[in-house]
Amino acid sequence: MSVELSFTVNGEPAEVRVEPDARLVDVLRDALGLLGTKEGCGNGECGACTVIVNGRAVCSCLTPALEVEGVDVLTVEGLAGPGAELSDLQQAFVERGGIQCGFCTPGMVMSAHSLLQRNDSPSEGEIRNALTGNLCRCTGYAQIIESVQDAASRLRAKAGKGGGHG
Amino acid sequence: MADLRYVGKDLPRPDAADKVTGRAYYIHDLVRPGMLWGKIKFSEHASARIAHVDTSKAARLPGVRAVITGYDTPEVRIGFLHDNFALKRDRVRQFRDEVAAVAATDPDIAAEAIDLIRVEYEPLPGVFTPEEALAAGAPLVHERDADGRPVTTNLLPVAVKHRSGDLAAGERASKYIVEGEFSTPLIQQACMGTAGCIAEMDTRGNLTMWAKTQIPFLAQRDFIRALEAMGLPGRNARVIVPTLGGAFGTGLDTHAYEYIAILLAHRTGRPVKILYDREEEFANLSPRQSARTRIVQGCDADGHITFRRIEVVQDNGAYTSWGATYPTVMLIPATSLYKVQNVEFDAKIVYTNNTYAQAMRGYGNPEVTWPIECTLDQLAEKAGIDPLELRMRNKNEPGETTPMGLQVTTCGLGECLELAKKKLDWESKRGKQRHLRRGVGVASLVHVGGSGRIYRSDGGGIILKLDDFGNVNVSYGGVEMGQGLHAALTASVAEALGVRPEKVAINPTDTATCPWDVGTHASRGAFIACNAAIRASAKARKKIFALAAEVFADEVKKNLQGLIKKSPSYTPPAYDVAAACRADGFELAGGVLSLKGAPDEPWLKLDLGRVLRAIHFRGVAGQMVIEEAFYEPPSELPDWSKGVGNMSASYAYGVQAFEVEVDEDTGDVRILHAVSAHDVGRVLNPQTLRGQVQGGLAQGVGYTLYEEVKTKDGRVLNPSFTDYKIPTVHEMAFPVDVCFVETNDPAGPFGAKGVGEPGLVPTAPAIASAIWDAVGVRINDLPITPEKIVRALKEKKAKE
Repeated sequence: MSVELSFTVNGEPAEVRVEPDARLVDVLRDALGLLGTKEGCGNGECGACTVIVNGRAVCSCLTPALEVEGVDVLTVEGLAGPGAELSDLQQAFVERGGIQCGFCTPGMVMSAHSLLQRNDSPSEGEIRNALTGNLCRCTGYAQIIESVQDAASRLRAKAGKGGGHG
Repeated sequence: MADLRYVGKDLPRPDAADKVTGRAYYIHDLVRPGMLWGKIKFSEHASARIAHVDTSKAARLPGVRAVITGYDTPEVRIGFLHDNFALKRDRVRQFRDEVAAVAATDPDIAAEAIDLIRVEYEPLPGVFTPEEALAAGAPLVHERDADGRPVTTNLLPVAVKHRSGDLAAGERASKYIVEGEFSTPLIQQACMGTAGCIAEMDTRGNLTMWAKTQIPFLAQRDFIRALEAMGLPGRNARVIVPTLGGAFGTGLDTHAYEYIAILLAHRTGRPVKILYDREEEFANLSPRQSARTRIVQGCDADGHITFRRIEVVQDNGAYTSWGATYPTVMLIPATSLYKVQNVEFDAKIVYTNNTYAQAMRGYGNPEVTWPIECTLDQLAEKAGIDPLELRMRNKNEPGETTPMGLQVTTCGLGECLELAKKKLDWESKRGKQRHLRRGVGVASLVHVGGSGRIYRSDGGGIILKLDDFGNVNVSYGGVEMGQGLHAALTASVAEALGVRPEKVAINPTDTATCPWDVGTHASRGAFIACNAAIRASAKARKKIFALAAEVFADEVKKNLQGLIKKSPSYTPPAYDVAAACRADGFELAGGVLSLKGAPDEPWLKLDLGRVLRAIHFRGVAGQMVIEEAFYEPPSELPDWSKGVGNMSASYAYGVQAFEVEVDEDTGDVRILHAVSAHDVGRVLNPQTLRGQVQGGLAQGVGYTLYEEVKTKDGRVLNPSFTDYKIPTVHEMAFPVDVCFVETNDPAGPFGAKGVGEPGLVPTAPAIASAIWDAVGVRINDLPITPEKIVRALKEKKAKE
């Protein structure tokens, strides 16, 4: 017995019919074709499926789809600007080598984005805390941390210059 | 080396932007028209006879398109020794044995159907350790070999041994001798992207396989054999490799799930995808081989190693993968880590009813470096020599031929030891911080750095296809799995050919379009690919220059005419273009073709695309620039029964050193600082290389302190990230000094050696040495858990 679900994803309205027990990750990937969100474990252990729901980073594999009724969801596809220019955070990951196989990357970037929305001057410890739930098997995390630090300084520089969003 | 524009520079990875925007597509993301979902029914016993399989309920479930078992499909033998089957008939030998499979219109229906399959078993006794398996009267895991001959032992017919020098003389020359038994556990590779494939067959019986593989061409051969077994001789198997979510050795074999997808695709006439979930990945994908090693090693009064004897026993599990060739790589550290003249090495691999094991990064090397380095540390202690100094006294050097016959062309081991010493402030710390329960430790590594020959050909081919727009499309049959191969290859092609990196595009790996390559293993990806690229680029330059000699003058003449039209006052310098247009007169750099020694005038320079168009559209004599090269490294296939042969074109060396703090109450080990110093030949891309070394180190830390696939009577007990702990961002919160020593290897592309695996090879003994320095206990069995440390500390106190 499917039900109506309407919410906003990456700023666009989305209306889909879903089973009551559907998971958000499946709605995003299968119903909406947003394949950037990856599923690594299905148990909330790896963080690859991290998306931002009402400003908070969550595992979309553990989020019932019906919980996002009427709310804003941001996925990795929503980070890049129109014309596909990368966000500062994405650009920092590219330039600092925070990417290897890339399977954890969308989730990693979403957790970091959520942090930087709240805090554009995070300490290294705050960055590590924000990435606690995101496993990576390739990088040893060092260049991921450097990427987030670099993104924070880019955001601060912009905020300082133009009083932008930070 | 002459100035390099791109090699050695921090160019971003070509795949980075797609990956960071979610536009890189993995097997998880791919669908084919009409695709069905396959799912496997795994055994519920480690050793049993299959009495009956009832698939009738599953077959009646709406949405199910096929249910198959070993009883209603052709026998498809798989595995390194052909001792495994796609679907099992009559007998299961491990918990994960594939008993039946379904294909359905969606994954939920497939899962439901699997639950409806009823299998009756008659349990049989099993063997779960090599000791049990080798005991007199032990039940046989396999009663017959692949040729049907009766078997009388659980010992695998894979013999690797080595004898050199005179062990007895070595013992006599020893002032100090240390012996011990060491073990390393089963380790899950734990790729973030789980295993999966799509099999699709055309009406003629040709297969296309999207596979998570590191060996597309050996997989093609394996799948063609399967097609033959299915009554489809002469058909082709095309293997396409999508973006891989990590591999780390899991892709060195073809797997039963892949053959099951083929059987289901054949049965249904539709593409079939099988994708493991995380629990399936942990429980049903082969982990790294475990090893138990007995070692005896001696040194003289000055700390020079006098002899080394190593006996390894490995638990193979129920079937055989390429992982059974671990001892071929174990020979490298056994015979060639430090100078040692008298060496004996023996390896036994034993069938058990445990999950069968396969390759992982390092491939036998860490398993043997662990006992070698741990006992060296003890020899240093006995001899009263600083352990880093003892290693320095035994260091390998360029020009050496080791007992295995490895020809050491370049070797930066001494420099790496010096770097570790300096970066860790070794002299002021070793043996001086026990009151703080802090210690420092060090260990070294040697590994193949110029590929590793374990197959008839150790080569790889490349095609450079230049188009009308100056794009360079590169087809290489090796695999980017996250390590950065495409970054190294892009820079190498741009450098060697003389084009800008953004004009280089690496095509997806596909057996239909790429030349043969043996596989991306043995740290060989960049070494082989870039060597092949250099050779193909030289051919392409030669062809471009020869053809440019015929078109260049006409094209620049057009430039000049245009220029004079715009600026009538322009007077060109006196320069005879036509005379200068000789095949040996050109220079190509940054995608611009010019004449050597020509005046620096813009009209005398041509964009490569324009030159290629001129070459193409030259009337009836038009030509394309498409060049290929096959690079076969100068190495030997060793004689494994003797354990001798120069298996690689160069050898990579490195040193890791750690400072740790141990909590004596809890047994917790906190890493304070690490150094990872590597002789890399030459750095191709500093950022990518650093990432690879740091990633290897993280896997090494996991291997040392946390990770172990736990089994009981053959069943995997910890199939999740909650119970199988890989390092998180918090375990890796210590500074790591990554140092590169450039020795410019003559066989290496631009002097580079392969360095994919070394990052995790010496981690465990280096940390163990630091733990000894901190609290005075030695743990011989990995992982070094807090429980083991607390127990060892209690035993130590009881003795004192």
